[in-house]
Amino acid sequence: MSVWQAFIELLKRDLRLAMRRRAEIANPLLFFVMVIVLFPLGVGAEPNLLERMSAGVVWVAALLAALLTLDSIFRSDFEDGTLEQLLLSAQPLSVMVLAKVVAHWLVTGLPLLLVAPLLAMLLGMKSAAMGTLMLSLLLGTPVLSLIGAIGVALTVGLRRAGVILSLLVLPLYVPVLIFGAAAVDAAASGLPVAGQLYILAAFLAMALSLAPVAAASALRISLS
Amino acid sequence: MNSFMKWIHKWGSPPWFYRVSGMMLPWLTGLFVITLVYGLYAGLVLAPADYQQGDSFRIIYVHVPAAWMGMFIYMVMAAAAVVHLVWRIKIADVVLISSAPIGASFAFIALVTGSLWGKPMWGTWWTWDARLTSELLLLFIYLGIIALHSAVEDRQSAGRATAVLTLVGVVNIPIIHYSVVWWNTLHQGTTVMRLDGPAIAPEMLWPLLSMAIAFKLYYVIVMMLRARGEILARETKSRWVRELVGGE
Repeated sequence: MSVWQAFIELLKRDLRLAMRRRAEIANPLLFFVMVIVLFPLGVGAEPNLLERMSAGVVWVAALLAALLTLDSIFRSDFEDGTLEQLLLSAQPLSVMVLAKVVAHWLVTGLPLLLVAPLLAMLLGMKSAAMGTLMLSLLLGTPVLSLIGAIGVALTVGLRRAGVILSLLVLPLYVPVLIFGAAAVDAAASGLPVAGQLYILAAFLAMALSLAPVAAASALRISLS
Repeated sequence: MNSFMKWIHKWGSPPWFYRVSGMMLPWLTGLFVITLVYGLYAGLVLAPADYQQGDSFRIIYVHVPAAWMGMFIYMVMAAAAVVHLVWRIKIADVVLISSAPIGASFAFIALVTGSLWGKPMWGTWWTWDARLTSELLLLFIYLGIIALHSAVEDRQSAGRATAVLTLVGVVNIPIIHYSVVWWNTLHQGTTVMRLDGPAIAPEMLWPLLSMAIAFKLYYVIVMMLRARGEILARETKSRWVRELVGGE
């Protein structure tokens, strides 16, 4: 089996498994919606204030929702031993990790991206910024999954991995948050956004090439 | 085997490290006391007061070296992580994990002194200044490393997992730093007073450099003490440790 075939097969398998547990796809979305609903309740429903904050709030909520789902990248495969079989297989582990991360993003990141404009409307974001919001999430959320995969790979063997995972991963999410929210802010005030989007794309290229390798070596350590 | 590898392997042997660090410690401590006393006296007494900030500028003799150390120790840890992962040298692991709490403390000191200085100068304990924010994120990364190391039960995989995380961090720290700098300039034009302006006077600079050396020596001393303890704990069963403590 060629590497590409193995990649596709693993991707298909993970997607099929995810489709069998649809509730798990819906829960992070529900969390995303709830966090956004909490903000107007907390800071007050002034349209101006909410509109100013909308870019940052949507991005922070997306980031937290992404963090919440990270554990599922490797957890169930670790528990039933599939992960060890992947480690033993002849295919390069970093490519296998990439397949799992892509599947994870398709199941958790993509729905987030589709719901985001609706929630941005709730916060009164200008419709001119919607396209940029989608585009920045499209470039940014895969980076979140990729960086997160390293954190999950490091903590997969631990019993209380959740809190430690967020400690490890959140500081690394800062650049994505900064440029993602800044792109949307700039679009809302009618400024050019190409620079911010290019930087997000650069983050994505870098994470795509480096994170699977780091996650693979972390997995080898966690399972040794 | 070239001389570099020989050097690494020599230092990588726990008994050698233990013996040589034991011989070096008194000398390092002596130098540390000298540089510290000179730096403090010259900085707090001899150096003239700043014409704008008065005496409160003197906090830089603690603040600036601590901030430097926050970065410097991370670089040491990253180098140790590479050595540990590539050549499986045990001492590198010990150095890495002995350094992490010291680095976190220095980052914390830099933040606390920065905010103490900020109160009279900027009129607020905390501003989202780019350098303060990235120092805070550096502290979070240190704490993550410490948390991961204490969470993994198996000593060996704890060391290697920590090394991987340290390297992930070292790729990210410059990105985080420049992102924060960019973010800050976007959100607010910085109008607060800065230390630059006229270049720093020599009678202010020398104590600062002396303090920087003192802080580095302090780090080496504390790191060696922690590493020696860690080595003894790990090698309790080996012969040289038994001979050393005079047990059976």
